[in-house]
Amino acid sequence: MTDLVQAVVNGVLIGSVFALVAVGLTLIYGVMDIVNFAHGEMVMLGMYSSFFAWSLFGLDPLVSLPITGAAVVVTGALMYYGVIGPVLGKSPLAQIIATFGVQVFLRGLAQFLWTPDTRTVNGLWADDLKLSFGGVVIGGPQLIMAVGALVTTLAVALFMSRTRIGGAIRAAGEDPAAASLQGIDPRRMYALAWVIAGAATGIAGGLLMNAYSASPTAGVTFVLMAFVVVALGGFGSIAGAAVAGVLVGVAQGVVGLYAPSYTLAIALALYLLVVLVRPQGLLGTR
Amino acid sequence: MSDLAAPTKDSPTTDSAQPAVERETARRSWPGWATPALIFAALVAYPFVLRDSAAHNIGILALTYAIAASGWNLLGGYTGQVSFGHALYFGTGAYATAMLVRAGMSPWLAIALSLPMAALLAVITGYPVFRLRSHYYSIATIAVAEIALVLVTNSSWLGQANGMELPITTPSLANLQFSLQDKRPYYFVALGFFALAAGALALFLRGRAGSYVRAIRDDQFAAAAVGIPVHRYKLAAAAVSAAVTALAGGFYVMFVLFIDPSSGLGLDLSVSFTLMAVLGGAGRFWGPLLGAWVLVIVQDVTRHQFSGTGRSIDLLLYGALITVIAVTEPGGILALFARLRRRLTRRRKEIR
Repeated sequence: MTDLVQAVVNGVLIGSVFALVAVGLTLIYGVMDIVNFAHGEMVMLGMYSSFFAWSLFGLDPLVSLPITGAAVVVTGALMYYGVIGPVLGKSPLAQIIATFGVQVFLRGLAQFLWTPDTRTVNGLWADDLKLSFGGVVIGGPQLIMAVGALVTTLAVALFMSRTRIGGAIRAAGEDPAAASLQGIDPRRMYALAWVIAGAATGIAGGLLMNAYSASPTAGVTFVLMAFVVVALGGFGSIAGAAVAGVLVGVAQGVVGLYAPSYTLAIALALYLLVVLVRPQGLLGTR
Repeated sequence: MSDLAAPTKDSPTTDSAQPAVERETARRSWPGWATPALIFAALVAYPFVLRDSAAHNIGILALTYAIAASGWNLLGGYTGQVSFGHALYFGTGAYATAMLVRAGMSPWLAIALSLPMAALLAVITGYPVFRLRSHYYSIATIAVAEIALVLVTNSSWLGQANGMELPITTPSLANLQFSLQDKRPYYFVALGFFALAAGALALFLRGRAGSYVRAIRDDQFAAAAVGIPVHRYKLAAAAVSAAVTALAGGFYVMFVLFIDPSSGLGLDLSVSFTLMAVLGGAGRFWGPLLGAWVLVIVQDVTRHQFSGTGRSIDLLLYGALITVIAVTEPGGILALFARLRRRLTRRRKEIR
C-alpha cells in the first residue's frame, strides 16, 4: 500500500513537469496549428543551459531559471523567424518536415558541441530538503521541481486567459483575419506565442536538472510524453495539458510499479486510444 | 515508364510554373525509358569504377536504404501520410527473415514471406490510425513503432535487447551469403532488390491507384467527394509501402547477420528513411535513391573525420539540410535541380 501511495506521489511530481513541457507544445499548436517536433530538443537546450550555468558559474538550477528560460526564448524566437514563419501556409509536409529538421539539427548540435556524455548537477540546494509522511518520502529536488512546474504552468495559463496580450494571442489563433481588423498583428502574436512557449519550456528544462541529467537525447522521452499529455488534455488546451500532465504522471508511476519496462509503451497506447476514441481530449473544444 | 521520366510532373507547383508546350518538347527529346536506363547503368558501373571494399560497403548500404526510403516515399511522398514509424516495417522484414532463417529456411523464401507479414501489419495498424490526419497521424506512427520497439525489447523469443545472430554458412547465392573478400555479390543482390522495389512502385503509381493516392495527398476531402475510397487506398499504399520497406530489412539482416531492437526498429531508423526521401525529393520517384546515396556518403565521410572523439557532425548536417529544404524547396534536391534547369532553358531562349 505504501508502495502504491509512493508511486502515486512520484507520479504527481513528475507529472507536473510533463504538464509544463506540454504547455509550450499545446500553446503553439493552439495558436498556429503547428506541432513542434523539436519541442523535446528545446527542453534539452534548457537542461544544458542549466547545467552550464552551474558548471561554469556555480549557479544552482533554481537560481539560473531566468537564464535557462531566456536561452530557450532565444531559441524559440530564432525558430519562429527562421523556420516557422517561412513555412506558414505551405504544404503540411513542409510544415511537419521543417520542425522535424530542427529537431535533428538541435540534437546533432548538442552531440557535436557537448558529446553524448550525460551531465548532472551535483550539490543541489534542494538536496538537504526531505519530507516524509509515514513511509512515503518526497525528495527535496523532486518537490522543488514539481512546485516550480505547477507555478509556471499556472502563470502561463493565467497570462493566456486573463491578460489583454494573452487574449490577443488567442484571437490571432482563432481567426487571424478578424484579429488584424481589430488592430492585432497576427505575425507578432505568433512570435509572442513562441517566446512564451520558449520561456515555459526553458524553465521546464532548468527544473528538470534537479532530478535528471542532460544529454543530447534527454528531450526524447519528455516530448513523447508531452504528445500523450497534449492529446489527452485536448490539442491546444492549456488547462487540459495541466490536468492531463498530472494524470499521465500518476499513470506512469503506477504502471512503473508493476511493469517498469512498459511505462512508455502504455503511455503511447494511451495516446492512440485518446486520439481515436475521444480526439478532442478531456478538456479540448476542437 | 513515361511516368518516371518526368519527375517534375508530380509536383503541382512546378507543373503550373512550366508551360505544357515546353514540357512536351522536353519529353520528346528525352524518352521515357532514358532516365531509369541511365540510373541503372550508373548503378551497375559503380562497383567496377570504385573497386575498394569500403566503396562497395557504401553502395550496399545506400541501396538498402534507398529501398526503404522508396517504400516510405509511396506513403509519405505520394499519398501525403507522413510516417515517422517506418522502422516498424524494416524491423518486421529483418526480424521475420532472421527467425525463419534460424529455423532453417532459405533466406530468399524467408524474405519473400516477410513482405506480406509487413503488409498485413501495415493494414492492421493502419486501419484505425488512418482515420487521423496530418500530425495526429504522424505522432500515431511514432507511437505504434515505439510500442513495437518496447514489446520486442521485452520479448525473450525475439532476443530482447541483445538481439539475434544469424548462422554463417557456406557462401553461395542460394544461401545469400558471400565471401567478404569481394562484396560485389551483395551489391548486385541489393541492386536487384532495388530494381524489384522500383518496378513494384512504378506499377502501383502509374495505374489508377497512383492517381488516387496523389488526389488524397492534395486534398483528402475533395478526393472523397469525387468518390475515391480514401481509407481503402491509404491502406493499399501503406501495404505496398510496408512490403517494400520490409524488403530492405530482410536484405539488411542477411548482409550484417545480426539484428537487435535499435538497429532494426529504432526511432532513428524511421527518421533516417524520412530524411533520405525528403532530402532527395519526397513524391519524386528517384528522390529517395538520391537522398540515400547522399546521406550514406555524408555519414561515411563525417564519421571518419571525427572518429574517436565521440562527436559526429552528420546529424547536425542532415538537420540543417532538411530544415533548409523544407523552408526553401519542400520538393527536395530534385525539385531544386528542376527549378535550376528551367531557369537555364528560359535564359537560353531569351538569348536566342
